Amino acid sequence: MTDDTKPGADAPGEAGGAVSEPAAGPAPDPPAAADAAPPKAAPPKPEPAAAARPKSEPAPPAKPAAAEAARQAPTAASAKPAAPEKPAKPAAAAKPAAAAKPRPKPKPKPPPEPPKGPPDPPPPEGMESPAAVAAVQEALPDAIEALSYWVGDWTLIVRRERLLDVLELLKTHEAAAFDYCSDVTATDWPPRERRFDLIYCLYSTRLRHRVRVKVRVGEDDAVESVTGLWPAANWLEREVFDQFGVNIVNHPDRRRILMPDEWQGHPQRKDYPLEGPGELLMENPQDWLRVRNLPDEAGTDREPGPDTEIE
Amino acid sequence: MTVPAPRVSTTQFDTNELVINMGPQHPSTHGVLRVVLRLDGERVLDADCVIGYIHRGVEKLCENRDWTHIVLLTDRMDYVAAATNNLGYVEAVEKLMQIEVPRRARYLRTVLAELQRIASHCLWLGTHAMDIGAMTVLLYAFRERELVLDLFEEFCGARLTYNSMRVGGLPLDVPPGWDRKVRSFCDLMEGKLDDYETLLTNNRIWLKRTRDVGVISAEEAIGLGLCGPPLRGSGVSRDLRKDEPNAAYEEFDFDIPLGTRGDTYDRYLIRMEEFRQSIRIVRQALDGLPEGPIMGKVPRLLKPPAGETYHAIESPKGELGYFLVSDGKSTNPYRFRVRPPSFCNLQGLKRLVRGHLVADVVALIGTIDIVLGEVDR
Amino acid sequence: MLDTVVIPLLKIAVLVNAVLVAVTFLVLMERKVIAWAQSRLGPMRVGPYGILQAIADPIKLILKEDITPVKADRHVFTLAPIMSLVPALVVFAVVPFGPDPLYYIGDINVGLLFIISVTSIGVYGIILGGWASNSKYPLLASLRASAQLISYEIAVTMTLVSVILTTGTLSLVGIVEAQQESGIWFAFIQPVALVLIFIGGLAETNRAPFDLPEAETELTGGFHTEYSGMRFALFFLAEYANMIVISAIVVLMFFGGWLRPFPNIAFLGFLDLLPAWIWFVGKVFLFLYVFIWIRATLPRYRYDQLMSLGWKVLIPVAIGNLVVTGVFKVVF
Repeated sequence: MTDDTKPGADAPGEAGGAVSEPAAGPAPDPPAAADAAPPKAAPPKPEPAAAARPKSEPAPPAKPAAAEAARQAPTAASAKPAAPEKPAKPAAAAKPAAAAKPRPKPKPKPPPEPPKGPPDPPPPEGMESPAAVAAVQEALPDAIEALSYWVGDWTLIVRRERLLDVLELLKTHEAAAFDYCSDVTATDWPPRERRFDLIYCLYSTRLRHRVRVKVRVGEDDAVESVTGLWPAANWLEREVFDQFGVNIVNHPDRRRILMPDEWQGHPQRKDYPLEGPGELLMENPQDWLRVRNLPDEAGTDREPGPDTEIE
Repeated sequence: MTVPAPRVSTTQFDTNELVINMGPQHPSTHGVLRVVLRLDGERVLDADCVIGYIHRGVEKLCENRDWTHIVLLTDRMDYVAAATNNLGYVEAVEKLMQIEVPRRARYLRTVLAELQRIASHCLWLGTHAMDIGAMTVLLYAFRERELVLDLFEEFCGARLTYNSMRVGGLPLDVPPGWDRKVRSFCDLMEGKLDDYETLLTNNRIWLKRTRDVGVISAEEAIGLGLCGPPLRGSGVSRDLRKDEPNAAYEEFDFDIPLGTRGDTYDRYLIRMEEFRQSIRIVRQALDGLPEGPIMGKVPRLLKPPAGETYHAIESPKGELGYFLVSDGKSTNPYRFRVRPPSFCNLQGLKRLVRGHLVADVVALIGTIDIVLGEVDR
Repeated sequence: MLDTVVIPLLKIAVLVNAVLVAVTFLVLMERKVIAWAQSRLGPMRVGPYGILQAIADPIKLILKEDITPVKADRHVFTLAPIMSLVPALVVFAVVPFGPDPLYYIGDINVGLLFIISVTSIGVYGIILGGWASNSKYPLLASLRASAQLISYEIAVTMTLVSVILTTGTLSLVGIVEAQQESGIWFAFIQPVALVLIFIGGLAETNRAPFDLPEAETELTGGFHTEYSGMRFALFFLAEYANMIVISAIVVLMFFGGWLRPFPNIAFLGFLDLLPAWIWFVGKVFLFLYVFIWIRATLPRYRYDQLMSLGWKVLIPVAIGNLVVTGVFKVVF
């Protein structure tokens, strides 16, 4: 959509060093190749993802932006006298947004390519990693895929096979002492080969520091449950399993938690359709498909979704 | 009195376990929580929580909304502490975008968050006492909660879902004279707290119902991921207002009440003390309320740079965390994740109720203070 | 004929109606008193200050659909509320509202024993109701009820025995007259017994803080979860009629029944201007007020605590009181 605010324009100058594109995604992106095509045929797996996401975007591109700009205008104006330091960047970001309002020809713009993964910016040069992170680096150097620092948060990106080793070290090492598991969640980056980021937010009640551990897993990769280390992870992992379908193994009680037990599909995946299934699907999938394939009143080109999406 | 371990039926009597379904429509499961209890007589052998009855997919919804619009959706999670939810979210975005928030806005946010804590604790106190049978406290606590809601209504026009904060500051300054009203509310509330305590704190029946019920040790509480008052009730000094100060908390002087036994009564006392500490913080914030703008320098179109962050604040229920991922390209978050404190605390219910009686189950659901809107999201 | 059939029948008709009307207004009183305790207004819509609520409620209950669950034991399910209400009304046969035979239906020489036995039957209503519903919550509640009522029955009866020892009669009229003779209410002679009976009475009538069989926050509706309409109303009437019975017993045995305060001090003779039955009813309602007041104030006991209070505190104290009374009786 508002592609005119160049991605470069809002690369942060202040926090973690402007890292443009680290080697996060597995493959260099062939831009938009995948998602320019999807409307037509029903390509096997990852495409529905791409289709689901930009679908909402190309049609009403300027509306949220304009509304946003209009709504924010007075407050932004009143706030102008304050915070005189570093006004350059926000202003620069706001300008193009406002400039986009005339919208000479919003249609032909190609939809933006779906993100290929989080940037996971590495810590800036010369920055010393905290003791806990250093301890893991020292003890299990081969387990760490990458290290990331962003707006004050440290993230360890860990190989899937060594996940439990790292987490156990983090829990038991005296410089780490992460005895509290704040959160377990996941992020879905469909086009990527190992599409899920599984994220463990850890906290130490003794040392009062935090770290995040991230592991990249594919759709069928098995991830060991961490309930043995932190019983708190029980429900959190159930939620990840329920919402993303990450294959968590050795979990004491692996059931769905938020969705009904008989639910099909995993709602938090990016390729899960935004409208549609629900009661209708559960009662009669054919009806749902028919409704879904009708063109809607606005006459916008809503492409029929591939049938495989429902499962 | 300690509760003996669950008794396994002996051979003399042919006893059957009774499976009883508490909820999702039950007067004291605080919404649509369903607890499947396995009972031996009235003693609970095992409990299984079934949740998700009001799962609305808030996370997914938010991933398809503007960064600005999401504030409104956060209201709908913990709907008895909407302002705290707003606060956690806007601060997470501010952290992601590295936005400086003016001091006045941070002070006012603190006032709102603490008033919200009082309102939320009022609801907890009322329902908790009601579950145990003291029904007058419910009405008293709601009477005072109304006063907080009046204050919020005067500030932002809404009584339940406030939408009261914006990324970078506050949408509105407080109306003139509002601080005076807040002050008089604080004075009144202190007296009312004494009323509640007269009814409960030294009441023999209340003591019997809450002492040594649902005891949990510090290690176990940490392991189970309890947060907020249930964790502090076990003596773990963890309050994110002190440990990772957000808003303007580092500028105020307040205490973190801690329990010693880790039972329901301790958790009750802690929350009663938190009322008082909240009043203390509100007073300090109003005394030192700086003049100035209430909105920071924020771009018109929120588009945080690509990156992710986790930001947690201390909500009335415990650690409320937001994990946000921005892809840097669209105006929606790529991933919006809430770490709901009620969800994590509810997980401990299974451990807490084991070996207790049916009557304790409702006391324990009350003591962990859940809001199903937040558990199910 | 007139004396043996017609007049007693008239009295019964009047009394039963009076009790039922009193119950409906007692419900209104409860709602109002609790509302005032909780800084509310209570019912205000029906009639001035909601007074007609007492009539609207029964009408509503009668008109409501009366549902019998499919899996319930139909006959017992129907019988249970009747078994619960009838004993509560029968008890009033021996309650004297005044000194004159006009004020009571019968003064039998084992009046107290009659009351104890008949009220015990009421328990069956609750047990059977919970059992016949064929549902889990009512079943748990009726188990609680049977345990609770039986154990408190013992404590209450033990305590009554000590009062009987002091009066030497089981007739309720006789007990009141004994208080007139001694010139002092038994509340001052047997204070321990008064407290025991009062606590036991709360438990016997399933009132807070002992309202476990119908603890709505635990067992949804308790034993009457599956009941609706008129059958529910019968349980409801029975509970409140039992409250009146317990208050009446307490008043008769400890507060001089229809007697005015300090019945032997002539100086207070002007108090006799009020008829005897007004004194009696006034005192009964005073106690009902205390019942309601307690409900508004206290949390609820837990099942095991209730049982240990009954067996480990009330019964030993009742026995102790009985022994002490006996010793005094022999020595003095």
